[in-house]
Amino acid sequence: MCTDCGCGHDPLHAGGAPRRMRIELDILAKNNRLASDNRAWLAERGIFALNLVSSPGSGKTTLLTETIRQLDDTLVYVIEGDQQTDNDAQRIREAGAPAVQINTGKGCHLDAHMVGQALQSLNPSPSSLLLIENVGNLVCPASFDLGEAHKVVILSVTEGEDKPIKYPDMFAAADLMLLNKVDLLPYLDFDVDACIDYARRVNPNIQVLQVSARKGDGMDAWLDWLIKGMNRCQLASERDENSD
Amino acid sequence: MHEMSLAEGVLQLLEEQAETQRYHKVKQVWLNIGELAGVDVDALTFSLEVVCRDSLADGAVFHIVREPGRGWCLQCSREVELPTRYHGCPHCGRYQIQVTGGTDMRVGELEVE
Repeated sequence: MCTDCGCGHDPLHAGGAPRRMRIELDILAKNNRLASDNRAWLAERGIFALNLVSSPGSGKTTLLTETIRQLDDTLVYVIEGDQQTDNDAQRIREAGAPAVQINTGKGCHLDAHMVGQALQSLNPSPSSLLLIENVGNLVCPASFDLGEAHKVVILSVTEGEDKPIKYPDMFAAADLMLLNKVDLLPYLDFDVDACIDYARRVNPNIQVLQVSARKGDGMDAWLDWLIKGMNRCQLASERDENSD
Repeated sequence: MHEMSLAEGVLQLLEEQAETQRYHKVKQVWLNIGELAGVDVDALTFSLEVVCRDSLADGAVFHIVREPGRGWCLQCSREVELPTRYHGCPHCGRYQIQVTGGTDMRVGELEVE
């Protein structure tokens, strides 16, 4: 007899009457597991990985190509996510970095499984920088951990300054906000202080850098942030190696 | 619409559990979805109906239990209700709030046979 409800079935309740059970499992558990695998793989090799998120047209790909050009003595690898075409991966390769394009088809975000597969084909060198350009979308990529060290949200000043409170989940998930295209500020009504205030309402700890990838403003601070992150990541991996 | 991916994740969990918990049909599912989890409940319900067709959960009833958003106000040193991520503290009006609850997405309970 079953011990749950006293019915006549076997103890595992293999047949018959409906039964209720509490399972309490995270819906994203599988993605989170794969993201942890990616994170461990990257940590072992001291690779600093960033998940770059924004709406379409924020200037992500230009930011990446300029970053690659200016970090000319650093190994940079790129995973490009778009629904269709490999235009962006081609732009990245022309800038001098190995790149893998993931086409998500109808999918609106990258997930940890896609990134795990891309890592195998891209095979980034130890101590390098890995930039993952997510699908242009300020909603869906917020929930999916890819195994990155940080999410970096890029917002251009040609968008509304209230984007951080319109799409709060993404700004809450990011550690750094890059305010891009600041060279256009003289021609716009964009209120920088209000924008930063909105971002800090949803994420009191978010760091902010103002840049113009095209004109070069603020790029030094961004490159400095990247190099510090890479150094931290490399030190952590050496420490782990020594303690093994 | 990432709700479709979430719905696929739910079905995958139900299928995995069917093997270990030995059931062949899912009748009802209780999902706990936090108010701050960034999920559109209508889109999720629609997606679940679509992905569960012809599966062990075909026709299952999905109950969505919302869990309220909560946060810790650093200024007041107390827990506060947080209806959205951009709400201020209801006591001091400031925004120095660390989210402490309402971000989960879980399959809580099942009725199976």
